Amino acid sequence: MEEELNEEYYKAERKTEWRDKLRKEIKAKERTDIGRVRMPEADPDVRNKSNLEVNKGLTLEMAIAESHRCLDCAVPTCIVGCPVGTNIPKFIKYLEAGDILGAAEVLKENNSLPAICGRVCPQEIQCEAQCFYVKKLSKEGAAIGHLERFVADYAREHGEATIPALAEPNGIKMAVIGSGPAGLTVAGELAKFGYDVTVFEALHDLGGVLKYGIPEFRLPKSIVDYEINTIKNMGVKFITNFIVGKTASIADLKEEGYVAFFIASGAGLPNFMNIPGENYSGIQSANEFLTRVNLMGGGNKDFDTPVHTGKNVVIIGGGNTAMDSVRTAKRMGAERAIIMYRRTMEEMPARAEEIKHAIEEGIEFINLASPIEYFADERGKVNKMRVQKMELGEPDASGRRRPVVIEGSEYDIDVDSVVIAVGVSPNPIIQQSMPELEITKWNTIKVDGNMMTSIPGLFAGGDIVRGGATVILAMGDGRKAAAGMHSYVQADVFANI
Amino acid sequence: MFKIIEKKFLSENVAKLVIEAPYIAKSRRAGHFIILRIDKNGERIPLTISDADVEKGTISLIVQRVGVSSHKLCAMNAGDFILDVVGPLGKATHIANVGTVLCAGGGVGVAPLFPIVQAMKLAGNRVITIIAARNKDLVILENEMAEYSDELIVMTDDGSKGTKGLVTQGMEEVILREKIHQAIVIGPAVMMKFAALTTKKYDIHTLASLNTIMVDGTGMCGACRVSVGGKTEFVCVDGPEFDAHKVNFDEMLSRLGAYKDKESENYEAYVKSCEAISLN
Repeated sequence: MEEELNEEYYKAERKTEWRDKLRKEIKAKERTDIGRVRMPEADPDVRNKSNLEVNKGLTLEMAIAESHRCLDCAVPTCIVGCPVGTNIPKFIKYLEAGDILGAAEVLKENNSLPAICGRVCPQEIQCEAQCFYVKKLSKEGAAIGHLERFVADYAREHGEATIPALAEPNGIKMAVIGSGPAGLTVAGELAKFGYDVTVFEALHDLGGVLKYGIPEFRLPKSIVDYEINTIKNMGVKFITNFIVGKTASIADLKEEGYVAFFIASGAGLPNFMNIPGENYSGIQSANEFLTRVNLMGGGNKDFDTPVHTGKNVVIIGGGNTAMDSVRTAKRMGAERAIIMYRRTMEEMPARAEEIKHAIEEGIEFINLASPIEYFADERGKVNKMRVQKMELGEPDASGRRRPVVIEGSEYDIDVDSVVIAVGVSPNPIIQQSMPELEITKWNTIKVDGNMMTSIPGLFAGGDIVRGGATVILAMGDGRKAAAGMHSYVQADVFANI
Repeated sequence: MFKIIEKKFLSENVAKLVIEAPYIAKSRRAGHFIILRIDKNGERIPLTISDADVEKGTISLIVQRVGVSSHKLCAMNAGDFILDVVGPLGKATHIANVGTVLCAGGGVGVAPLFPIVQAMKLAGNRVITIIAARNKDLVILENEMAEYSDELIVMTDDGSKGTKGLVTQGMEEVILREKIHQAIVIGPAVMMKFAALTTKKYDIHTLASLNTIMVDGTGMCGACRVSVGGKTEFVCVDGPEFDAHKVNFDEMLSRLGAYKDKESENYEAYVKSCEAISLN
């Protein structure tokens, strides 16, 4: 995927004595005979009424047993599948050798947020999809994500809160715009190079989508705060309630001495379907619904922020955000929490794990269906939706079979609230404040191979460039951008000597 | 944390707060608003910036007591801190010398109207301002408005001050009297709806500044969406000002009432908790 595999480096490491020895302790045949570990989960009927984390995490015994499955391949293809190039066999072998804090340090080399990635990365299409077990043995891949989470959690709970090695402070000021996964990654990487980094966050709380978007039951906020704290301990400064492009412009910040900028303002503009009645109250974007609950405490009687729920809640869409929304609605007491998706289970873009968890929790799925109109009571509050059935036709440009309307198939469903989760567009604020910045026709910011925009010294990454992707891809951009910003500033420094 | 430098009541239920926010004071233009959160359990509420002092690094907000958050805010005093204030948000008012501008404000909508009146006057326009309220106790910013208006008309529903009547009557009188090149109306949604209908009759380009429910204020959630000319727009990033003749005010009114039940419930609980405190 993103990173080229530096084969010589991995081979040399693999040949170190301890790894050689460890590899020979168990025969490959015995390793491949071990079945993949199963993640312990909270009881579906208990968890769907609480914020309990669904995946409970592996025990030490389970983690060690799973580490035995990793064959420590001569060509570790799993690493190619990781957008940040985590040295996967190395961390797993440290774990197998019982040096869990050592394993955690390996993770931290390339990834400042391992406890988060271990929870929310789609490993099944990344590292684990490239695993030897999957590619050559037609078996389930090593549970890399579960192990990453185990190691990161263990280190947090047992280790000293260590920070990576930092270069001497060089006093050069760098600004990061947005404290989501891309911004946090850049901040951590730039701090390692010795820069004086400040992260500007528009909201009142740090973490971006990790806080407002992903629910507590999938990613506890305390874990996000812990990782942010580590970055703070590396000397990075954070300023909340500060919208670059509004509170102050990039030009203003240049005057304050910032020499390079990283824009990671995210895909903050929710898409709607533009069908009749969509602006009735009770119909909200997934961003609004999740922000009210996750960030503002909506639904909790101690907090002032209200939120629309009800007995019958329909979520439109089939991605991870739709799953997060429907499972949140269920937890807030919906009797029927329904996913409405225009294709079938097979085409659903959400992670298989999220779909499985949703089914276990009693989520209903109405597939091959799409809303065409909403109706409201006399106060303008939605109470009914008209739905049209679909069937799958020829594949479209994305290779998925296109949903085709079945004429005359309309029917109505009673609803108390509706959540629209049909994707997001890039946040427009920075672009509006800098008309000279080159953007694409989708309003994403254009960047070169080093993640630099059309304006020298201004870099960008994550969803503001991609339009709506994953945490780990945003982090991959962050790593690349930090390297790009470092060489940009160094070249500039030398030019001025 | 944002310090309250000064606080005073302009009328029984309307307070003015001057808050230390140097960056916002410097960047704000007429038409901009902020979002604040009083404390860690509070909600995020939008409020228009009614004035700013760049040298002192302060902004002024005018708040009317209606629900829990505005009550809490009105109960705060100089020296207290507001946990979060972010802005300036929205697009600034397009200020140009167009000739004669009719500015009409209703109730607490007079507050966000003030910086526009100020900017329109400084841009060289003839500015006629109408400020309307239910009664004399609710009339605010009269002196400030007078300073920047070529003519100031005060109207009250009960006639206790100025001319008795609705703001639309005052507007119509001015329109019949002289050529108006542009109108700006700010106030409760119902008032803006009828003010827009009035100017539409005479084909006068009119802007309305909308005060919808918001969460983040940066385009992220869409809580503030309105239909303008049949197209959905976000008040926070596309507004807050729109062509008043194209805004669907009925839809906006129903969306403003979206959380009414929950809000009344919260408000009753809040009032009870205040009573309990005062009894102790």
